[in-house]
Amino acid sequence: MKSLKLKKILLTLPLISATLFAGTSTYAEELRLLTWGGYAPDEVIKLFKEETGIDVKVTKSNNEDMISKLRATGGSGFDLAQPSQDRVTGAQENHDIYKPMDLSKINGGLFITSMLDATKANTTFKDNVYSVPHIWGTSGLVVNTKTAGMVKDYTDLCSKDLMGKVSYRLKRPTLIGFAFAMGLDPFAAYADKEKYTELMSKVEAKLVECKPVVKTYWTGGDALLNLLRSGEVTAAMAWDTGGWKLNKENKDITFVAPKSGALGWIDTFTLPRKGKNDEAAYKWINFVMKPEIAAKITAVAGNFTASKGADEFADDVLKAQFQDSFPQAALDNVKWYPPVPAGLEEIEGKVLDRVKAAK
Amino acid sequence: MKQHTSIFFWLLLAPFALWLILLVIIPHIDMLGIALREQTAPREYAFSFKNFIEFFTEPLYWRTFMRTAVMSILATALTLLIAFPVSYYIAKMLRGRSKSFLFLLCLIPFWVSELVRTYGWMILLRETGVISNALQWAGLVSGPVELLYNDAAIMVGLVYTSMLFMVVPLVTVLESLDDDIIEASYDLGGNMWTTMRQIVIPHAMPGIVSGCIIVFMMTLGNYLTPNLLGGKDSLWFTEQIYTQFITRFNWELGSAFGILLLLLSSLIVWLGLKLSRQTLTSTMT
Repeated sequence: MKSLKLKKILLTLPLISATLFAGTSTYAEELRLLTWGGYAPDEVIKLFKEETGIDVKVTKSNNEDMISKLRATGGSGFDLAQPSQDRVTGAQENHDIYKPMDLSKINGGLFITSMLDATKANTTFKDNVYSVPHIWGTSGLVVNTKTAGMVKDYTDLCSKDLMGKVSYRLKRPTLIGFAFAMGLDPFAAYADKEKYTELMSKVEAKLVECKPVVKTYWTGGDALLNLLRSGEVTAAMAWDTGGWKLNKENKDITFVAPKSGALGWIDTFTLPRKGKNDEAAYKWINFVMKPEIAAKITAVAGNFTASKGADEFADDVLKAQFQDSFPQAALDNVKWYPPVPAGLEEIEGKVLDRVKAAK
Repeated sequence: MKQHTSIFFWLLLAPFALWLILLVIIPHIDMLGIALREQTAPREYAFSFKNFIEFFTEPLYWRTFMRTAVMSILATALTLLIAFPVSYYIAKMLRGRSKSFLFLLCLIPFWVSELVRTYGWMILLRETGVISNALQWAGLVSGPVELLYNDAAIMVGLVYTSMLFMVVPLVTVLESLDDDIIEASYDLGGNMWTTMRQIVIPHAMPGIVSGCIIVFMMTLGNYLTPNLLGGKDSLWFTEQIYTQFITRFNWELGSAFGILLLLLSSLIVWLGLKLSRQTLTSTMT
C-alpha cells in the first residue's frame, strides 16, 4: 500500500515539477540538465553562468532512471539529458522521448573526431542524429591485488578461493561481461532474439553456479566502495573510476581491465523531445567541451571526455592510473557497447530475476 | 445560515477530496488501464491479460509474492510481541516524567530517516561491524562473523522500523483502560495470566488490530530495508515492482504487480479483521 502510494508520488512528481518549472522558466533563463553525478560540477556551472547568464539546474540520474523519467512526462521537464549512447535509439523507438540534434549548432572541432563519428552513427534513428558524445569510460574489475591477484577476468570471480569475498551487480553489464569472458559474443547476437536468449541462458547457468562465491550483489556505488575499503570484498565488477578512487587511498586496490576486454561506454548529450531551451543546451555543450572546462569535469567525475586536447589539462595521477590499468593492448580490446535493440532488456531481466532467486 | 454550513462543509472536504481523487483514485484507474495492455510493436499497445497470466505462470513472481506476504505477517507478529510488554510498561507501570522519557526513547530513532536507520543496522551487523568486533573481543568467536545479508537481518530491520507504529496505538488504548478494572480482576481471584487474557487484551484489541494493520502495510510496502539488508536471494515484491518500472521499462507488468499487491494487502487485512472480530471503524476510532 505504501509502495503504491510512493509510486504514485514518483509518477506524479515529474508532472508537478514539470509544470512548476515551466512556470518559472520564462522569468530567468535556465537550463534543466538531467545527468550523472559529477558531470556538472558547481565550478563549471558558475563559469557558465558568468559567461552566458544562464542558470543550470542539475538532476542526478542514471541510464534507466533517465528513460523512465522522460517516458513518464513524454520527454518534458528537462532541456538536456545525458544517456549512454547505446540506450538512445531503443528508447527513442519505443517511447519517442528525444528530438534530433541540430549539428550545425555544435562546434564539431571541439570533439575527438573518431568518437564524435562513432556516437553519431550509433545514435542515428530514421536518418536523424540524436546525440553527441561527452564522457566515456569503462567497467571491468576492481581488485585487491594483494589478496585476489589471480583475478584477471570476469569468470575468475567464480573461484572458490574467493568464497564470500566477491561482489557484482545484477544488471546488464554483468551479463555482457560474463558472456565475453565465457568466450561468447553477446553483441554479435544482439540482432537475433532467439540466439541472444540461448546465449543468455548459458550466462545464467554460469552466474547461478558462481552464486555461492558472491558475498552480496551490490546496488549502490558507495556501498561497494565501502565493501572494498573494509576488505570484506576483495574482487568486484565495477567502473574504472571507482577503482582509481580507491587506489588513491590504498595502493593495493586498483582497476584491472579484464582479459576478455573492459566494457566501454560513452555518455552523450541528447535533447529531450519537449525541452524548452535548446539554445541554452547547445551553448552548454559547446561550453563544457572546451578543453580547459572538460578537464575540470574530468577532475571531478574521474572519467575522460570526448573533448579534443583536454588531456593536457588533466590530473597527472589520473593519467598515470589510466595508463597503468590500460596498456595499449587492453585499450584496443575495449568492447564498446553497440546500440541496444528494443526488447532485449526483457530477456535480460528474466535471466537476472532467475539468478537472484536461485538458491 | 444553511448556505454557510454547506460552503464550509465543501471547503473542509475539498483538500481531502482532491487528495483522494488526484493521488489515489485517478492513478489507480490509470494503473489498471496500463496493467491491462501489452506492447505489440514499438509505441503500439493492445488490450490483453498477458501481464496477469504471466504473474500466475511464472513461479518466480508468485514465490516472491508469497514470500513477501509471509515475512510481512511474521514481522508484524514479532513487532506485536515485542511492543506489547513495552507499551504495557509505559502505559500502566510508569507515571509522570519517566513515562514521557521512555515514550520519547521509542520516538527518537524516528527523528532520522529510514535510510539512516538502515545504514545504522548495516554498521552494526556487517563483517567488520560493531557486533562482530565485540564478539571477537569477548572471545566468543574466533574470526569475523557476517550477520548482514540474510533474512534474519531483514526481519530485525523491519521490526525496528515499525516498532513506533505499534507502540503508539497500544499505549493509547492501554491508557484508556481504568486501573480499577485490573484491580477488580485481581480482587475477584484472577491471576496475572487470566487478567491479561480476559481483561487487558480484549480491551486493547482495537489498538492491537490497528497497530498490526499499520505495521503490516508498512512492511509489505517496504523497499529500502529488504533491499539493503537482504542477501543474495532475498526477493521482495516491491523491489520486483520497482525493477519492472524503472530498469525493465515494463510499466505494464509493473502495474499488474501493483494492482495484485493492493488486492493482496486488502485481502489479508480483511482476513485479519474477520479473525479478530473487529471492524475497520472500531480500530480507527
